[in-house]
Amino acid sequence: MAETSTLRRSPLSHLHDRMIAASVTGDRAVSVTETPFLAQVSLRVEPGTAAAARLGTVLGGALPDGVGRTMTAGTLGVAWLGPDELLVVAQADPQSLTAALSEALGSDRGAVVDVSANRTVLELSGPGARSVLEKGCPVDLHPRAFGPGVAVTTTLGPVPLLLWQTAPATYRLLPRTSFADYVARWLVDAMTELGSPEVP
Amino acid sequence: MMLLTCPWCGPRNETEFHYGGQAHVAYPERPADLTDEEWAEFLFFRDNTRGPFAERWAHSVGCRRWFNAVRDTRTYEVLAVYRPGDPRPALGDAVPAPTPAP
Ligand SMILES: [Zn+2]
Repeated sequence: MAETSTLRRSPLSHLHDRMIAASVTGDRAVSVTETPFLAQVSLRVEPGTAAAARLGTVLGGALPDGVGRTMTAGTLGVAWLGPDELLVVAQADPQSLTAALSEALGSDRGAVVDVSANRTVLELSGPGARSVLEKGCPVDLHPRAFGPGVAVTTTLGPVPLLLWQTAPATYRLLPRTSFADYVARWLVDAMTELGSPEVP
Repeated sequence: MMLLTCPWCGPRNETEFHYGGQAHVAYPERPADLTDEEWAEFLFFRDNTRGPFAERWAHSVGCRRWFNAVRDTRTYEVLAVYRPGDPRPALGDAVPAPTPAP
């Protein structure tokens, strides 16, 4: 197969400069970057079955079993999307990861699909990150209800996305590729205010 | 703004859901045997309940599951949520419409 990785462009390549320029410093510092081309694999499998256990073995841990839950193993993460639906996000070769998971599922009921091009990954980080998201996300992001290792599918403004908190002040946002431009511009706009002193 | 409790995800903002109309409307056993009138009745006619009403909702941007809720149409209070296939919980009946003033 022809080597296409030198030709491909990420969904936000045209906005990288804008995103860097939007970085805010100070008490409410926040910055946004794109982490493109991660491998993403959609898993459909009945929880608690032998197939689910085999998939967990390939991924390096038990599959998350409820809303908000995630599993991480090295640079690989698995998020719960629904009662029988999970998303694997990894710094890996999507084809070999998908092949290994397909083999683990075997002929049992379920599905393993390479969806790497479906979403892109934005990383929003800094002490001001939660304030930015709270402008347009209906989920309670206060530490009493949300924290590192929690991921939910919800909306930011009008856009459905997977929101995954990876560290105390770092969130991964996974919108569909076609919505990525809107989400990046929305974030750049929402971050601007945090560069000014907070109005009490 | 209304909070709806998804049976799988817990309380979430109404904007994450889609409304699916009246629940427990069974698909006809033999649709081909229905008259046009009966078919139209199945497709288009729904109760217009005043009081507890069993209705379908989809958690469309969350877990993408359909579920049922009993909501009081007078107060918007959600009295129960339950998974598809579960029976409608007994929560009282619809309230008769008030007699219109003469
Ligand atoms: Zn849900």
